[in-house]
Amino acid sequence: MSSRLLAGALVLLVAPPALAAQDANDRGKTVYVKWCSQCHGEDGAGDGPAAHSMLPRPRDFTAALYQVRSTPSGQLPTDDDIMHAIDEGLPGTAMPGWKDRLSASDRRAVMGYLKTFSAFFADSTQRPQPIAFGSAPGGGADAIRTGKQFYDSIGCFKCHGAAGRGDGKSAPTLKDDNGFPMFAADLSMGWQFNGGSSANDIYHRLRTGLDGTPMPSFSDALDAKMLTDQELWHLAQYVASLSPAKPEVRDVIRAGRHEGALPATPEDSAWKSVESYFFPLAGQIIRKPRWFAPAVTGVWVQALHNGDTIAVRVTWHDRSQSPDTAWLAHVARVYRSLTQDDTIPVGTWPDQIAVQFPRRIPDGMERPYFLMGSAQEPVYQWRWTSARGGPGTAVAGTARGIERFDAMNGGVAGQARYDSGEWSVVFKRALATADSSNELQFRTGRAIPVAFFAWDGSNGEHDGRMAVSAWYFLALDEPTPLRVYISPVIAAALTLALGMLWIRRAQRGAGSSRRT
Amino acid sequence: MRRLVLAIGLGAALVGLVAARSPREVQGGATVTGKIKFTGAKPVNPKIDMSEEAACAKKYTTAPTAETVVVNANGTLANVFVYVKSGLPAGGSYPAPATPVVLDQDGCRYHPHVFGVQVGQNIEIRNSDPLLHNIKAKPKANRPFNISQPSAGMKTPRAFPAAEVMVPLECNVHGWMNAFVGVLPHPFFSVSGTDGTFTIKGLPAGTYTIEAWHEKYGTQTATVTVPATGSKTQDFTFAPK
Repeated sequence: MSSRLLAGALVLLVAPPALAAQDANDRGKTVYVKWCSQCHGEDGAGDGPAAHSMLPRPRDFTAALYQVRSTPSGQLPTDDDIMHAIDEGLPGTAMPGWKDRLSASDRRAVMGYLKTFSAFFADSTQRPQPIAFGSAPGGGADAIRTGKQFYDSIGCFKCHGAAGRGDGKSAPTLKDDNGFPMFAADLSMGWQFNGGSSANDIYHRLRTGLDGTPMPSFSDALDAKMLTDQELWHLAQYVASLSPAKPEVRDVIRAGRHEGALPATPEDSAWKSVESYFFPLAGQIIRKPRWFAPAVTGVWVQALHNGDTIAVRVTWHDRSQSPDTAWLAHVARVYRSLTQDDTIPVGTWPDQIAVQFPRRIPDGMERPYFLMGSAQEPVYQWRWTSARGGPGTAVAGTARGIERFDAMNGGVAGQARYDSGEWSVVFKRALATADSSNELQFRTGRAIPVAFFAWDGSNGEHDGRMAVSAWYFLALDEPTPLRVYISPVIAAALTLALGMLWIRRAQRGAGSSRRT
Repeated sequence: MRRLVLAIGLGAALVGLVAARSPREVQGGATVTGKIKFTGAKPVNPKIDMSEEAACAKKYTTAPTAETVVVNANGTLANVFVYVKSGLPAGGSYPAPATPVVLDQDGCRYHPHVFGVQVGQNIEIRNSDPLLHNIKAKPKANRPFNISQPSAGMKTPRAFPAAEVMVPLECNVHGWMNAFVGVLPHPFFSVSGTDGTFTIKGLPAGTYTIEAWHEKYGTQTATVTVPATGSKTQDFTFAPK
């Protein structure tokens, strides 16, 4: 066989896979440029045109630091790890799942292309070795108690807080490896975990750490016998137990009727038996200055009335009791990240919550503009503002767009409590007031539009930099009509009377038959 | 015949020995030493508020400060990493010492604050505080790590496979804790201490670029020619910019 023939055969054998790889890379680049580069940047540095409006920032592929992996701290992710992020997206971030939008081959091609942004993937000494995670031991109350003990003893609370709401003492100082601000995860909102919220997912994150973030790996602590694998599993089970299922959003808050005085304080145990409604909040991105990084992502709302007065309790998670100078550097990082403008003054602002209604109950579906109304059609609001070392203040007022709020004298009472990363504020007001042209007159049995706004002062939020909700509804239960109580009594009495009549008649019949 | 076999055997062993030692380890008898001078106003390092960590705070009689610029009593500058940047004979090889360099976390600070290791040499990371530290390395040429040491007594070995000056280390639980490690493929490095001097020993004769690195004031280089034996002095002067 001539050597030329041999070479030809070799080319035939070798070339097709090489060409296929080149094709896949070209395809990966095409998909990347079209779908990914807006956020992740043309060169994969996480600096695309849309990146500036995102916190957390899009992944910078050039350092090959991936948070959600199956490999030890510092190791590259496996192809499957990257595919999982592409397919399913990353909860709590702007990264969507692509499995329903791109073909399997396109997704795989783009995964391959991502790896070309870092030389580490081409380095043959960098082979990702997934951790053998094993499987969870039984859970249950004892396991969760053990997990809680380790949560406290190994210091998780230092960042994540005593109740897991991300309000630990070190929380204000946290940043990612590129210096962008970073919140300690609120462990009671598992639906926002980028690596998933099951005990398995959490255990995996404890073993691998989240590379590029302050979250370390606990694998070495296992090797050093600082705790056992079972104890680490129990810690994961405890953390998983802190989150309820993602709350469903219902459109109508039912304010039940309560006999007697309404609970006035947030800690009143009467609130425990009142139905709670969750409403998601999003950044205010309609008016300048737009706000892309709201710290408050949802509020829980409860309401009661007693025919004279209404009480509304609003509860939300907030990592800081503002104003607090400990968060100044964090505010500077947030502003720098979102605006690239170092001249925006950094300050300490209070926390705020606003509950918004129209000024009168609409007859149809017409409602004022949800974003604090307008000059032509203002809205009626209750606003509560925190104060350093004080109880805070609640005011009612009229908003005419986000720039203008005119407070009234008094009008609404407010009591607040801050506990382990959670605010709870109770607003109380008479259903009817004298100023019916500016203040909403609450009436039972009607759908009253309601919306919510929240500000975390220690995240730099004030004025238009806030979290907003859509319009929802509040419905006050009608007073129970008297007939509801009387009818059963009448019915029972009638039944008794008819029954006695029937018995008497029967007895009489029996008597006459005996006579015959 | 037996003598021939023996000779061949010996020859092969010798070749093997030479092969094993190649690339060769270059060790000389020259020393570069010097002083890190500091001129200008002595900066004040910010105080560290350790009130959150009583176990650390009680290890200090006076309030601890950051170690960004440590000016010694004799006016010299400590924590300057001085190393041979270039000039070593090509093909030289310097096996990593088997003894690890100890990095201790004590009183919520790193000891030492600036240090060097050879490529592949272990750093033994110790926790002498009865509380949680995480140790995060943020290299560029190496892969990073971020490990937790939840309580006192824990030791974790880590090594870097690639040369890199400098690799920042930090603790995220205690935002004030940081340290720097220089990773080099040879043993010709030194860190200025409390007397402000540095000493690099065992250099073969040659002309070297010596770099001095400081975490705030950046780097300076000097060219130094040394004979086969003896000592050469090379001082550096840093000043606030």
